[in-house]
Amino acid sequence: MDAPLIRTERLCKEYDTAAGPVPVLRDVDLSIGRGEFVAIMGPSGSGKSTFMNILGCLDLPTSGSYILDGRDVSTLDSDALAALRNRVIGFVFQGYNLLPRATLVDNVGLPLLYRGVPKSERERRALELLEQVGLARYAHYVPNQISGGEQQRVAIARALANRPQLVLADEPTGNLDTQTSHEVMREVVRLNAEERITIVLVTHEPDIATYARRLVRFVDGRITHDGGVSAEVLETAPA
Amino acid sequence: MIAPMFQEAWHAMGANRLRSFLTMLGMMIGVAAVIMMLAIGQGAQFAVDQSIASMGSNLFIILSGSTTSGGIRMGMGAAPTLTTGDAEAIGELSSIAAVAPIAPGTAQIIYGSNNWSTMVAGTTPAYLEVRDWSVASGAPFSESDVRSATRVALLGKTVADNLFGDADPVGKTVRIKQSPFLVVGVLAAKGQSLDGRDQDDTVFIPVTAAQTRVFGTAFPGSVRFIVAQAASAAAMPAAERDMTQLLRQRHHLPERTDNDFDIRNLTALANAAAQTTRVMSIMLGAIASVSLLVGGIGIMNIMLVSVTERTREIGIRVAIGARQRDIRLQFLLEAIIISLIGCLVGVILGVGAALGANLAAGTPVVITGAAVLLAFVVAAGVGVFFGFYPANKAARLKPIEALRYQ
Repeated sequence: MDAPLIRTERLCKEYDTAAGPVPVLRDVDLSIGRGEFVAIMGPSGSGKSTFMNILGCLDLPTSGSYILDGRDVSTLDSDALAALRNRVIGFVFQGYNLLPRATLVDNVGLPLLYRGVPKSERERRALELLEQVGLARYAHYVPNQISGGEQQRVAIARALANRPQLVLADEPTGNLDTQTSHEVMREVVRLNAEERITIVLVTHEPDIATYARRLVRFVDGRITHDGGVSAEVLETAPA
Repeated sequence: MIAPMFQEAWHAMGANRLRSFLTMLGMMIGVAAVIMMLAIGQGAQFAVDQSIASMGSNLFIILSGSTTSGGIRMGMGAAPTLTTGDAEAIGELSSIAAVAPIAPGTAQIIYGSNNWSTMVAGTTPAYLEVRDWSVASGAPFSESDVRSATRVALLGKTVADNLFGDADPVGKTVRIKQSPFLVVGVLAAKGQSLDGRDQDDTVFIPVTAAQTRVFGTAFPGSVRFIVAQAASAAAMPAAERDMTQLLRQRHHLPERTDNDFDIRNLTALANAAAQTTRVMSIMLGAIASVSLLVGGIGIMNIMLVSVTERTREIGIRVAIGARQRDIRLQFLLEAIIISLIGCLVGVILGVGAALGANLAAGTPVVITGAAVLLAFVVAAGVGVFFGFYPANKAARLKPIEALRYQ
């Protein structure tokens, strides 16, 4: 089998506060293979968001190593990290994080802009992606003209712009009602099943976590469960 | 990469039109002020340069000395120590190109029912050469007129206008202090002198005629002053030395006594006047530059607000792969667009205002391409300079903090 897409070894993260350093992640060892669909759960303050930020190359660990796609992230400079975020990773956030003044087609094409793709090619690809999530008819709207669920689907389309190997979804359904949540999750499942994209999903909703095939639970900066997604596991601890 | 970034920056500015406009306004006023002040300063300088040129170049004026009469000391020029003979002798010096004695006085001039009080100066034809003054109609009087003290007169433009109106004065006879004088010519207009005197309000007659027939003098051949022109600018110190030596000799002055004459270098005076206007125009430019600086600070201020306001946007851009330099370029481009548009409008306003001042108030203005270019380049530079700090601040934001910013 291939080397895992993600491997962390003894990953630690501390935040400096006035009262001294506060550990948030303690010796996290985790491997995620290509094509996996992993849900990360845990109570607030368990370190799951910090872990996601490190996986997304938005933050660097205090110690330990993080190997993404064979590269040790801690050795990379800011341009190389930007390139990883641009080409290897796609982000889907709880708050959608679309640019409010840009049209949907410009939003979806933005990762291509930072890759230096010419305008006509950007628009062609962005329209194609909007088509995939069923929103091509709104291509020239701005985000606040469409619903939250639709905005999240646009964000998914944007995450796919550079054909990433990994999509990191941080509470993607946190702002959505149940029905819309399931629509968005079906889109996520499709990426994993059809496009073989590795998905790491942070959620605190057990029924959203059931879409994944592997569950990792964080408590106090440590992994307390790593394995299958079963009803008992989901119920044993509060989200 | 630049073109789409440019569009982004343009859109960002369009999203906040009033604020972008107000920021530009600071720049516009700064550039307009600089251009207008430079135009007015250069206009003043040009006016001074012109009056200096109208004076003639490399000039000396030699005044006769002061005199004391019953304990009352008279000013320079009161003692009759200079003569036409002195003038002729100065003319022989190799460092001197031309020389003319002047015996001036004020007199009423009458033609028909018109009369006009003006300065009547006795001199020689060389005076016109020294002053680089041409005759508009008729001809100047000649050396032989000077030798025979002929009653002929050359009228200044102002005098001719006041006595004759539109009629041609040449060939007519005017009366100066009751003596009839034949008008042989009218001088070309010369305009104002440096001190604002109308140089055309003068009548020239042969120096001999002035001495014997108009003003009369107890000292035959004496003149009030002599105007001399050095052979070149470089010869001026030598000319001054030669003349001093010559006049002391001619006046039989023993060593250790003071000169009974005074040699003044008019070019030095003119240079001082030119220097003054130059300083003035630099001052104007400097004051205007302050408003340019204020405009630049305005850009920085707004850009800093804009960076703070768009922190989350910056976070999003970084998360999807913008490099630090992409973010920096984006904000720098905004600053550049604002300052360039501000500069362009400022150039138009400044040139318009300068031309307006010229039309409305008659202020002399000179607008040079170099001044406009200078204002434009400096202003654009100011915009970039003040845009750089906010742009850098945006580029250095930490991605997670920027994303978390509400």
